[in-house]
Amino acid sequence: MGMTITEKILAAHAGLDEVTPGQLISAKLDLVLANDVTAPVAIKEFKKLGREDVFDRSRVALVPDHFAPNKDIQSAEQCKLMRDFARQHEVENYFEIGQMGIEHCLLPEQGLTLPGDCIIGADSHTCTYGAVGAFATGVGSTDLAAGMATGEAWFRVPESLKFFFYGDKWHNWVGGKDLILYVIGKIGVDGARYQAMEFDGEGIRSLSMDNRFTICNMAIEAGAKNGIIAPDEKTLEYVKGRAKRDYKVYKSDPNATYAEVFEIDVAEIEPQVAFPHLPENTRPVRESTHVKIDQVVIGSCTNGRLEDLQLAARILKGKKVHKEIRLIVLPGTQQIYRQALAEGVIDALVEAGAAVSTPTCGPCLGGHMGILARGEKALSTTNRNFVGRMGHPESEVYLCNPAVAAASAILGRIASPEEVA
Amino acid sequence: MIEKGRTWKFGKDVDTDVIIPARYLNTSEPEALAQHCMEDADPEFPRKVAQGDIIVAGKNFGCGSSREHAPIAIKAAGVSCVIASSFARIFYRNALNIGLPIFESAEAAEKIQQGDVVEIDEASGVIENLSRGETYQAVPFPPFMQELIKAGGLVPYVAGKAGK
Repeated sequence: MGMTITEKILAAHAGLDEVTPGQLISAKLDLVLANDVTAPVAIKEFKKLGREDVFDRSRVALVPDHFAPNKDIQSAEQCKLMRDFARQHEVENYFEIGQMGIEHCLLPEQGLTLPGDCIIGADSHTCTYGAVGAFATGVGSTDLAAGMATGEAWFRVPESLKFFFYGDKWHNWVGGKDLILYVIGKIGVDGARYQAMEFDGEGIRSLSMDNRFTICNMAIEAGAKNGIIAPDEKTLEYVKGRAKRDYKVYKSDPNATYAEVFEIDVAEIEPQVAFPHLPENTRPVRESTHVKIDQVVIGSCTNGRLEDLQLAARILKGKKVHKEIRLIVLPGTQQIYRQALAEGVIDALVEAGAAVSTPTCGPCLGGHMGILARGEKALSTTNRNFVGRMGHPESEVYLCNPAVAAASAILGRIASPEEVA
Repeated sequence: MIEKGRTWKFGKDVDTDVIIPARYLNTSEPEALAQHCMEDADPEFPRKVAQGDIIVAGKNFGCGSSREHAPIAIKAAGVSCVIASSFARIFYRNALNIGLPIFESAEAAEKIQQGDVVEIDEASGVIENLSRGETYQAVPFPPFMQELIKAGGLVPYVAGKAGK
């Protein structure tokens, strides 16, 4: 019987020839990760397990990115707890401020998430790594503690949904963000609950790695266990020179079984905006231009990569941010930041009036660096627009791609890039 | 175990940012988290919830972030269990891992109204609505999972087994 890429990776890590959806397995883990919000709880549980050491110092990653650089005393204590743990257990992949980036931008960049890997992370956007052809899923802190101790985790093998993007008649300014928002708009925030979302087709193959990371990053917003894209030459090019260990490329068999297959013509997809308070509330940007906004955020594990910043700079270069808009830009990692500096991207953004920050999750989850007041509206390239996500429970968040965000920062309302190009 | 309590009803797709907003995640102390549990959905909730009360909600309860702080906050607020039409995947696992009983029943989630008093038999999954004289059926957990919940979650359960 044929297997999907997700089934093949899980089977290989469980030491089985094959697995089928619904089967419970115990799988070996290639990487476990946590951040400054989830690690403190995981460390507390880890200590209760009475283990001397983590299962493998080279396969644990701890990244202070959520409320770091420390936003207040309590956050400083949480970061310190994680730092102390990392030092005590000689965790090799602890990233201090200055080397740190947003975890899901940083770890692929560092070659720590590789094709064929089985990864758990105490962060729901761990599914991002599916873009390199890994099985990667978010878990809570207790599961993470157990994974950190044993190097294993149990899983229920998920059914797979296939999203096949065909055609080459792209609307202008459409990217990975629009594809995934469009899908979530179609199937809903629980449309892929417990399932694997596999993205395929020439529409996906034609996209860059940065765009693919964006797509897999938001699989969780449809409730999925993981998002995944089989490796191709672009993936291997990305991994080359980064990989710190061996990896294996898996692909779905032609006769693999899917719970459902969605075939989507890329020509259907216009730049999208997700309205409050769920990512499924999507509309084309042309139907959203009446919404006046107070703040624009470009960054995050969803859209804080180099191409995202380049795209924003292309639109903002030589223009000015609207006088009633606060534009906040957060490069995903130090490497992205430096490259953007070298290319003049940061200069163009700052000249236009953007506030550029060191990498942090910051405003995406209402942590710091751009909290909203009562009644304020933000347009953001991040991934969630839940009630109170970026600040006051009566504030609103709209989600979009970096081009729409940049154009809107200029016009002071949600705008299509066509309006300023 | 039998859980009996007064219900608090919420809608569908209740996300973990609503259960415990990230602005309070600079601590992981259960009591501190409990003080803000569900406050963005109902500011009165943390103040008025009583020991043993039950949360009832629609589909996809606990969607969004993987923060284990969400079930921790609910449990520390005194809530004895959550009944929903369905649960988001990570929340489902987290709730069991920290020993918060959860029950899936679309019928119960639909018919129970705010303030109803209900009684749940964990072993059989039978939910009795004492206020309305109705009975609903949830799928009960297998015995090992009931033990795990009773132990207070995965870690104490594993530690307890290791000690035997």
